[in-house]
Amino acid sequence: MTLFDLRLQEIHNRLSKKELSVTDLVGEAFAKISERDERVGAYLTLNEEGARAEAARLDNKLAGGEARGLLFGLPVGIKDNMVTEGLRTTCASQFLSNYDPIYDATAVAKLKQAEAVTIGKLNMDEFAMGGSNENSSFHPVRNPWDLNRVPGGSSGGSAAAVAAGEAYFTLGSDTGGSIRQPASYCGVVGLKPTYGLVSRYGLVAFASSLDQIGPITKNVEDSAYVLQAIAGHDHKDSTSANVDVPDYLAALTGDIKGLRIAVPKEYLEGVDPQVKASVMEALKVLEGMGAVWEEVSLPHTEYAVAAYYLLASSEASSNLSRFDGVRYGVRSDHAGNLLDLYLESRSQGFGPEVKRRIMLGTYALSSGYYDAYYLKAQKVRTLIKRDFDQTFEKYDVIIGPTAPTTAFQLGSQVDDPLTMYLNDILTIPVSLAGVPAISVPCGFADGLPVGLQIIGKAFDESSVLRVAHAFEAQTDHHKQRPAL
Amino acid sequence: MSTSKYETVIGLEVHVELHTKTKIFCGCSTEFGAPPNSHTCPVCLGHPGVLPVLNRQAVDYAMKAAMALNCEIGDVSKFDRKNYFYPDSPKAYQISQFDQPIGENGYIDIEVDGVTKRIGITRLHLEEDAGKLTHVDGGYASLVDFNRVGTPLVEIVSEPDLSSPEEARAYLEKLRAIMQYCDVSDVKMEEGSMRCDANISLRPQGQKEFGIRAELKNMNSFRGVVRGLEYEQYRQAEILDDGGQVVQETRRWDEAQGKTFSMRGKEEAHDYRYFPDPDLVKIHIDQDWKDRIRASIPELPDARKARYASEYGLPDYDAGVITSSKPLADLFESSLGYTKDAKAVSNWIMGDLLGYLNSSGLELAEVKLSGQGLGEMINLIEKGTISSKIAKTVFKEMLQSGKLPQQIVEEQGLVQISDEGAILAIVKEVVANNPASVQDYKAGKDKAIGFLVGQVMKQSKGKANPGLANKLLVEVLKD
Amino acid sequence: MSIQVKDVEHVAKLARLNLTDEEREMFTEQLNAILQYAEKLNELDTEGVEPTTHVLHISNVMREDVVHESLPQEKVFRNAPDEEDGQFKVPAVLE
Repeated sequence: MTLFDLRLQEIHNRLSKKELSVTDLVGEAFAKISERDERVGAYLTLNEEGARAEAARLDNKLAGGEARGLLFGLPVGIKDNMVTEGLRTTCASQFLSNYDPIYDATAVAKLKQAEAVTIGKLNMDEFAMGGSNENSSFHPVRNPWDLNRVPGGSSGGSAAAVAAGEAYFTLGSDTGGSIRQPASYCGVVGLKPTYGLVSRYGLVAFASSLDQIGPITKNVEDSAYVLQAIAGHDHKDSTSANVDVPDYLAALTGDIKGLRIAVPKEYLEGVDPQVKASVMEALKVLEGMGAVWEEVSLPHTEYAVAAYYLLASSEASSNLSRFDGVRYGVRSDHAGNLLDLYLESRSQGFGPEVKRRIMLGTYALSSGYYDAYYLKAQKVRTLIKRDFDQTFEKYDVIIGPTAPTTAFQLGSQVDDPLTMYLNDILTIPVSLAGVPAISVPCGFADGLPVGLQIIGKAFDESSVLRVAHAFEAQTDHHKQRPAL
Repeated sequence: MSTSKYETVIGLEVHVELHTKTKIFCGCSTEFGAPPNSHTCPVCLGHPGVLPVLNRQAVDYAMKAAMALNCEIGDVSKFDRKNYFYPDSPKAYQISQFDQPIGENGYIDIEVDGVTKRIGITRLHLEEDAGKLTHVDGGYASLVDFNRVGTPLVEIVSEPDLSSPEEARAYLEKLRAIMQYCDVSDVKMEEGSMRCDANISLRPQGQKEFGIRAELKNMNSFRGVVRGLEYEQYRQAEILDDGGQVVQETRRWDEAQGKTFSMRGKEEAHDYRYFPDPDLVKIHIDQDWKDRIRASIPELPDARKARYASEYGLPDYDAGVITSSKPLADLFESSLGYTKDAKAVSNWIMGDLLGYLNSSGLELAEVKLSGQGLGEMINLIEKGTISSKIAKTVFKEMLQSGKLPQQIVEEQGLVQISDEGAILAIVKEVVANNPASVQDYKAGKDKAIGFLVGQVMKQSKGKANPGLANKLLVEVLKD
Repeated sequence: MSIQVKDVEHVAKLARLNLTDEEREMFTEQLNAILQYAEKLNELDTEGVEPTTHVLHISNVMREDVVHESLPQEKVFRNAPDEEDGQFKVPAVLE
């Protein structure tokens, strides 16, 4: 067992007992990064000097016997769409390739407050738009389980770094599946909290009504542990929920007797047979622990992808307008007038997927089309949310696969955006409903990880984590490591 | 001008800056005149990842303004994004309100040439202000200052109920007074805390359909609004007289040239792509909130005007002028705490005070006159302590130093001489020194007495009681 | 509704994007495919259905009117592509 295989809580305890030093932990992380990241490509920016200095500072503190934060000394990688003051934040876009943030995202500030050590910024699809990480404008991320395959996206770097042992845990962001789908592809645990549970302040907005930050970890306990540190109301985010944050670790009782599980039939249609088999196997495990499951219907599932792409792209088209080259970012140096400055800076700064979504969103909001597209999609969103509300009247959680397939080959879908969008069909409805969901490893198909998606009621992360944790305790999928 | 053939139709869009301490969506100060970009933060600079948080005071002020304009306040209001690229707009969208403004369907009454007219207010909505651009390098570059960005504004849109530039001016003056009374804004057009755009069109007298309108921008003063509208009225009438068609466009008023110019160069198909801002949540306005704001609205200009007429017997015209500006009306009322003579107070305000403000270009707030000063001065005149003529000197001194009249009179020795002996001495001297006038008077030219009184006043440096001087002169000349 | 190249050009202009000929064609084709797929939504009767802007029913989130400290100039201009006299500099608007 390596340092990396220890649970975060265990590391915390060993640090307390001085069996470990923060310098050891940080050193281990950078050792893995230098050994592996050339092949994986998970990181965009490393904070090696800063992290080592911080490690030394924390070790001193440790020696002095002072009180320690929840994430004391734990090396963390942060998706590069969360701003980190003084540490370059690019959103994997050429436009922000020189951006030096002037403030910290709230989630980042909370990590610092809990005394985690930021080791670097993680690769992603540009501005979180994509499901394969091939839309990074710097370099793609490769799946640690098969370097010819994608890690998923958009938090591809965040998932791959954990799978490859290059980070003890990471933060990702999820708009339509961007935490859960890469977690599924990379065989790690990814949690998308309820919309409003984790502050969005400082998360570079893709689609404001959908974006959520969440942890990507090696196991469910770590997920609960990290969520504890980053969840909570933030007065800087008007959409942040003013709710009490429960003790998530306390929810991990292992007891799911009598749990009522809904399995939407729509979530099993058109799914790869091996993926489906893994999910059915997982349901058996849960049944064995005293849970009951029934097939249900979420009838509006098939409309989710269309509604999502209209809504998310519309919001994105407006959110990304601020990248105009006036106050920050890479300004085109051959613009003689203001219009050219906008046109050139934006055209050079954005990659094709970002442009495509800006185009789609601008069109959907434009005069004469608003009602037909944007408003219609918002109404369909209401219907999708109702599907969930109604199901949760009778069931505690909804379970299905996280993605219809396992990780696909790099380059195999780049020319067909619509097919690519349909990969998200199982994660998008959850995002539209704003409810929490976790992806946990539930098996392998041809050597590639399969993810099980457990969806809960709004702000009931505790149940989601409890079920995931109970399942994980009965299986060893999460203990598998890729041969790198 | 051939405008008489046509009826003019004007609607105004007025932006009023609310004088909150901080910006509408961040805690930066709204203080005017700070060094460029010194009142900025990641939020108002539109950095990646920032989020807006609404200033409660801005909503309160907007509700207060809307209620004072007799608007209906909806139970739910929300914010929308208005998308357009311009360097003074950091996010490339303005947070504004599209279909659920704070207030709708209001009105105010204006008076032009003694006729009262009700002007509809379509809506009042809350939004954020933009930054400021300065052109440099001979017009080849611009500098951007983001201090002003995010200052809360209300946009007040009138119905096209105004029929002349004079009505437009009356509407603006009334609007300014109401905002002033409500204490929600400084409403200074010169400093940009009140701005006005206009839509103007002409139609043949009697026609129902509106003509094609032009949108007029950049009128930076009340005078500019009137001149701009007058020019536009004239320009459109000429086009129509020639059988032409007015082009629907935005035109810029050029104060120096006294003309409007098409802004078509900048113009393009505007498509603001409004949609609800997902970063902000709805505002639910319950009855308690509405009641609380309504209770905070003070007596408004129309009510004060009516009260001045009934309570103090002021002529309608005086009451109208005085209540058109809150500081003026406040001065009036404060003076009445020291004197009973309302008409005298009104006369001094309308005459000497407004004359002084007009000629000096100062605001009332910039002069030191107090209600106590004005009231006590009027009492001194009444008691005969000073003459009306001396009072003018005292008044000027009060404007500048703010000293009370008694102190000024004492310091400068301005007390009226009412001592018969002292005046008699001067009278005798004047009679002795002006034999020609004495001759004239005695020959029956009564007017000569006036010259002699003038000489007495001159000799006494204006301090002699003129009535006494006249009486003593007549007596002396009888002898 | 089918999108023509001229629609794509118009939208690109609104979004301040310069497209190459190749991109123009590609986007016309792809946006058509996506919007055609979105036609699916019209199978649903949404008459009387409230649109969802926010999944959470939060309202009246406001802050008090209290001044906080603004940024030091170093931070304001740390990322500025061009700066002059404490202001951001841009080329002039094309008249």
